[in-house]
Amino acid sequence: MATLTHQESVTAEYLEVSPSARKKFILIIVAGAIVLAIGLLLAALGIGAEHHEGAAAAHEATSHGAGPAAGHHGSPAWLKRLIVSLWHNNVFFTGVSAIGTVFMAIQYVAYAGWSVLIKRINEALSAWLIPGLALMIGIFLISLINHDIFHWTMPGIMEKGNENYDAIIAGKSGFLNLPFYLIRMVLFLGLWAFFTKRLRDLSLAEDLNGGTEYFHKSINVSALFLVIYAVSSPIAAWDWVMSVDTHWFSTMFGWYVFASWWVSGIAAVTLCTIFLKQAGYLRFVKEGHLHDLGKFMFGFSIFWTYVWFSQFMLIWYANLPEESVYYNQRLGGFDGRYTWMFFGNLVINFVFPFLVLMTRDAKRQMIMLKIVSIAILIGHWSDFYLMLMPGTMKAENGFIIEIGTALVFLGAFLLLMTKRLSQASLVPVHHPFLDESVHHTT
Amino acid sequence: MTKRFALGIFDDEDVLLHAVENVREAGVKIYEVFTPFPIHGMDDALGIERSRLPIAAFFFGLTGLSFALWMQIYMLGFDWPMIIGGKPHIALPSFIPVSFELTVLFCCHGMVITFYTISKLYPRWKTPVLDVRSTDDKFVVAIEVNENTDMTKLTQLLRDNGASEVNQKEMSKF
Repeated sequence: MATLTHQESVTAEYLEVSPSARKKFILIIVAGAIVLAIGLLLAALGIGAEHHEGAAAAHEATSHGAGPAAGHHGSPAWLKRLIVSLWHNNVFFTGVSAIGTVFMAIQYVAYAGWSVLIKRINEALSAWLIPGLALMIGIFLISLINHDIFHWTMPGIMEKGNENYDAIIAGKSGFLNLPFYLIRMVLFLGLWAFFTKRLRDLSLAEDLNGGTEYFHKSINVSALFLVIYAVSSPIAAWDWVMSVDTHWFSTMFGWYVFASWWVSGIAAVTLCTIFLKQAGYLRFVKEGHLHDLGKFMFGFSIFWTYVWFSQFMLIWYANLPEESVYYNQRLGGFDGRYTWMFFGNLVINFVFPFLVLMTRDAKRQMIMLKIVSIAILIGHWSDFYLMLMPGTMKAENGFIIEIGTALVFLGAFLLLMTKRLSQASLVPVHHPFLDESVHHTT
Repeated sequence: MTKRFALGIFDDEDVLLHAVENVREAGVKIYEVFTPFPIHGMDDALGIERSRLPIAAFFFGLTGLSFALWMQIYMLGFDWPMIIGGKPHIALPSFIPVSFELTVLFCCHGMVITFYTISKLYPRWKTPVLDVRSTDDKFVVAIEVNENTDMTKLTQLLRDNGASEVNQKEMSKF
């Protein structure tokens, strides 16, 4: 037992983001911008014509209940795709970012010791929350111009006698109205960002002064945050994702979106840990820590599938038209253009992590964890794609613009995250459970 | 068959853990360590190989899954076909909950039964206890000895590593 007898002292480690690494992140952004520009050009040069026919046909076939007014309102296809994909990526990246603080809060409340060494990565992951909030408001306001994302924002849709009037949506006006919606958006993201800042400040003060006072304070802050997050995250999921299909509803949806964010967040932390470890940082992170992260990814991939299936099976079994239209669109609607993604989503998010991470050895090897966490991140990005696109783009969806936007977001996310990582020691030197984490074996 | 054991009695688990490492390094083979509670890192210190129970669990689970699928497909598809909710006779999504539960059921019961069997924890089995204090507050290291063993040297080794006493005991049921 070498680890039990070792006398090496744990000292602070500082990450230095090399200019070449920063250049790489900027390169990702530039590459994304180029892909985005190509995509926009292709879409604007009227590949749309052929798609429009398909769209109309599928529209009749699936009898989507959005009403006659929903048919052809909104921006030209290329602009609409840009706005929707901005929204899609921001919902995904902001949600994943919040998981950093959620994960850390759970570790605090559970008095967990093993995760102390990767705590700073969680803190850095949540750095995106404030730009995420700004972007969320900005994209939402832009989408209001032509009502590209949310059908319920159409003027007059909740007024009786108006040509846009939709009785079902009018019935939801108590919840889905602009002021309340915006208040919720600002409140939730603001609270998440506030608690992130609070935990970060406590953690940094602990680095300076030591003592257990900060630790106990962090537990209280974490407990409060978890209660708030538990209430706000499902509501955020209804707001940002489910209200796209305004007529449709699912009681599992909040958990479903949370599960997706959560497993992607853990995959992001794992990936970051491995990259730092391979760059020579995080000396004390051993196989045991990776093993635990691997178990988390394995377990919560199954959890996501469980929630996904719970939602699917009830709707499939009951077969109520107003509910099954959601799966109708995804399984065979719009000439089956989402079918491959629907099943591919299950393979990449469930079958692949399940089979690959099943053995103990796989969870302890960096290369395996790396492959699986990248697969999970791509898989859940496409999970959100599948939640948002059929409701907004109908049969006019595509991938070039969306991938370009995702790369721009990824580059910016990494720039911010590595900046936050480099601002403090990677090892929280005065955390009371640090020793337990250093000696962690599984 | 009767076996003879040298028993090193320890008072502290940390001392015990280091003692086990040192005794094994000195080339003495440890028969078994008896402790009142599981000690983290003891398996590695003793060099015990990883259990193969997970492999058994996988196959128990596979058996459960196959059984569940066979049962439902045979019953609802061939033996007594019924139309439920307008779905086909063999409607896989509706089989998944039962298949999941039976996979877990077979896996858990199979593992428990396997574990009890290989640990000899079945009814009427009398577990020989080398030193009853190992069920209370002492940690016991058992080393198998015979006529050729240099007892003074072994006693010294154990004492040097923190044993509070070293005894010998014969056991017939090992």
